Amino acid sequence: MPDTQNWWSTIAPAAPEMYLATVICVILLIDVFAGGSRRPRLTGTLTLIALAVGAWVTLEYGSVGGRTPLFGGLYIADPLALVLKLSALLYVAVALLYSRPALARRGTGGEYHVLALTALLGIYVLASAGNLLSLYIGVELLALSLYAMIAFDRESPVSAEAAMKYFVLGSIASGMLLYGISLVYGLTGTLALDEVALRLTAEPSLGMVAGVAFVVVAIAFKFGAVPFHMWVPDVYHGAPTTVTLFLSTAPKFAYFALAYRLLSQGLDGISPTWTQMLAIIGVLSLIVGNVFAIAQANLKRMLAYSAIANVGFILLGFTTGTAAGYSAALYYTIVYVLATLGAFGVILLASRRGFEADELEDYKGLQARDPMLALWMMMMMFSTAGVPPFVGFWAKLAIFEALWQVGAVWLIVIGALAAVVGAFYYIRVVKLMYFDDAPSAPRGEASGALRLVLGVNALATLALGVVPASLFDLCKAVLG
Amino acid sequence: MQPIFDLLALPVVQTTIWILVVTVSVILAVAFSVLFERKIIGWMQLRKGPNRVGSIFGFWPGVFQAFADVLKLLIKEVVVPAQANKVMFALAPIIALVPALATWAVVPLSPDLVIANIDAGLLYVLALTSTGIYGVIIAGWAANSKYAMLGAMRSAAQMVAYEIAMGFALVGVVMASGSLNLGAIVQQQAGGMLTWNIIWLFPLALVYIISGVAETNRLPFDVAEGESEIVAGFHVEYSGIAFALFFLAEYANMLLISALTAVFFFGGWLSPFDGYLPADNWLARPGFPWLGIKISAFMFFYFWLRATYPRYRYDQIMRLGWKVLIPITLVWIAVEGVMAHFGVGPWRAAG
Amino acid sequence: MLVMILFYAFSAVLIAAALGVITTRNPVYSALCLVLAFFTSACIWILIEAEFLAIVLVLVYVGAVMVLFLFVVMMLDINVEELRSGFTRYAWLGWLTAFVVILELVGVLAARRLGVDATQGTVPVPADYSNTHELGTVLYTQYVYAFELAAVLLLVAIVAAIALTMRRRQGLKVQDISAQVAVRREDRVRLVRIEPEKRP
Repeated sequence: MPDTQNWWSTIAPAAPEMYLATVICVILLIDVFAGGSRRPRLTGTLTLIALAVGAWVTLEYGSVGGRTPLFGGLYIADPLALVLKLSALLYVAVALLYSRPALARRGTGGEYHVLALTALLGIYVLASAGNLLSLYIGVELLALSLYAMIAFDRESPVSAEAAMKYFVLGSIASGMLLYGISLVYGLTGTLALDEVALRLTAEPSLGMVAGVAFVVVAIAFKFGAVPFHMWVPDVYHGAPTTVTLFLSTAPKFAYFALAYRLLSQGLDGISPTWTQMLAIIGVLSLIVGNVFAIAQANLKRMLAYSAIANVGFILLGFTTGTAAGYSAALYYTIVYVLATLGAFGVILLASRRGFEADELEDYKGLQARDPMLALWMMMMMFSTAGVPPFVGFWAKLAIFEALWQVGAVWLIVIGALAAVVGAFYYIRVVKLMYFDDAPSAPRGEASGALRLVLGVNALATLALGVVPASLFDLCKAVLG
Repeated sequence: MQPIFDLLALPVVQTTIWILVVTVSVILAVAFSVLFERKIIGWMQLRKGPNRVGSIFGFWPGVFQAFADVLKLLIKEVVVPAQANKVMFALAPIIALVPALATWAVVPLSPDLVIANIDAGLLYVLALTSTGIYGVIIAGWAANSKYAMLGAMRSAAQMVAYEIAMGFALVGVVMASGSLNLGAIVQQQAGGMLTWNIIWLFPLALVYIISGVAETNRLPFDVAEGESEIVAGFHVEYSGIAFALFFLAEYANMLLISALTAVFFFGGWLSPFDGYLPADNWLARPGFPWLGIKISAFMFFYFWLRATYPRYRYDQIMRLGWKVLIPITLVWIAVEGVMAHFGVGPWRAAG
Repeated sequence: MLVMILFYAFSAVLIAAALGVITTRNPVYSALCLVLAFFTSACIWILIEAEFLAIVLVLVYVGAVMVLFLFVVMMLDINVEELRSGFTRYAWLGWLTAFVVILELVGVLAARRLGVDATQGTVPVPADYSNTHELGTVLYTQYVYAFELAAVLLLVAIVAAIALTMRRRQGLKVQDISAQVAVRREDRVRLVRIEPEKRP
């Protein structure tokens, strides 16, 4: 018999992934034999329990002091991976919690939860990827789960269109990524990211620049940054709100990991090539996202353009090419996703059977009908807009600070202008809720417990804003 | 004379001779299997079976029945339907027959007789048996007949489904023997009846045998032919020697599956008394006769099934394949993993 | 010598089959030509002693994928004329692609002449080398993580495909086989004792 103790200690940090893969199979089987139409809510409950246990497993086994490569370097356990995994897990859990009433209303099958878990597994894999191979498998695992989730509402043609768009464009993005990866591999002769970093020449060859360009395009596609943003509004709008909520939150951490592992770790030696590309993409995203968001009449579409604009900020953090920039980008991602989670949560809780609550019109006079939801929504909007003392303000400040350190003043100017434009449409939502007359729209049918969770979510944006230091210090520490 | 002996010593020539010997033996075995089948079913139904054609000194009346049948089929006209796709129609029986005969190349017939002793023998078997289906599909399509098409479709779906169960059952065999070489798989079972794979891999053996019956489109899984529903399925338009080739392919496949079952689960050419009797006892010696007996036993099992069971309904066949057999194999592979980890069963020596 | 003859024979068949895939008008012929092409490439792989890949190519592509493909092609009544309607319009794109591919192939072949030998010359393996064994060793040790994840990826594909396509029709009558098996005589037949009528 092999030495079990010793053998386990060499792979223990990968326990979260193993746990997730196991739990996916178990839940799938339980759903087939005990769930389904007999107990429609069983799978959802089990998934939430599994996520709670998963948080413990991740924390217990994933906390390693430094950088620990496993499986011959395919897997990297480090503090950054831990933070990304825990945040993603938390956001997935809350997103599924918010989705519960809507899912039960539509009678969605248990596979939805399984796909959410596989998406989370994809995020985990990306967060710990130490090799181009595991990086790509993570991207595909996440993408495949998301394609299916978006198409989940088969009866709706809009949803099918969104799924088709996301599938086709996502496949192209995967192809781009693969092509970029193959160029990088061909020119360095290794798949391991550490080795790639070592073998890079200071002056990149033409082929390497092309490879980097393809990789950057793929990352921009996945993030939904201009000019590869075409899918974002249609998918956010067309997908069921539960899926939009999922899509707009946890996967952002995966894409952050993709960008960080691939660009900042693997291709660090030639950072000038990709920082320039990212700067252009980031600036375009800021401008296009914010300007187009003003014209939207649908809240989900508006939030889609807002996502494009915010991705611009995240990419600006990457353009610095410094640890401070990356930690600011991580901080921004966590904070932005927190507010997005809440905003889509409000949409879900305000909806009811036959009423999606996704038009801006639907929020007129929300304060009179449902003051609590209106208050939470206002806090989310203020945070995303970057109004102090909400945490969104500190996130933007962190990005600007990192940009200032590398002297990219013009980026700060554009970012600040974009933030001002952005504040307009966020605050317009608040105006609609508080100062417009209420048409007799129905009230959402969400339970009190969910409203409480949403309240915690909203108050978190405020609390983190009042004491911003701890989270920011954490981001600095894991990327230091 | 000397040049002829020199020529015979060449490996190419030797292999060719062995290929001829094995092929002709298989074809002869098919002829007698047909007789065997008709006799057995006759006895089971309290009839005499074929008893007219030939006899040896008054014994075994009807022993040459199969040769008479072949002669009849040979001199009959091969009717090609007017709307059929002529080339494919002619090609289909050959495509069906070739894999059924070619697979015999890796079957170890005795401790030192195997035409091609290749390392990935088991994969080769799986690959070739999976190509046999093309004969059926092409036959069904080329005939341009609705019944033939239906038969081909049924057969294709059925074979794809059962191939998975079959493959998984063989995964268990590979786990037990640690080799893909069929000779090594037999060798690993040495040591008497109780070390044969059937003991430790009983569920897998069961699945393999059932899948084998389904793969060869035999009763009770012969919906591809289904006389009472779709006349004769994929070969409804075939006559004469073209039909005979399909017939040959079907029986060669049955013999093959019987031989493979013996090799994978019943110790192949090993003697069942090996290890219980002294090694020089003639009963304990390994050799082809033991394999022959085992093959005959499984052929009998095929015919027994045919005489006993009514035909399955098509959806039940699919259900059995996907929802029963595949899960059984998966579970047993997991059990095997546990056994291997704790050194139980075939692994006790290695543990 | 024999190997070279076999190689050229297989290559000729392979090229003919590949041409057949794109030139025949009948989609079933195309699919069958593709099967032949797969089979012949497997033969060529065996010549370079990649027996595991060769057999798996036959097993997976010929034995499973193409069977289902053929299944679909035979069931569908594909209108070839319609498919060909855009052919001449997009032909230039095809020619361009073909030209680029040919150029690249020539480049690869010429590279060795120009002294840029990327392969560094291959090292022949010993006679008892089993690439099945070697592949297994690498796959289950060095790449076990990626291998397992690929398995999860396939699982996701299955789950997604089933979740998106399976329709539970209303009012569909299906048999519950375990219930059928569990039926006892008492559930179906009631023995009634009827007193014989008395003759009036």
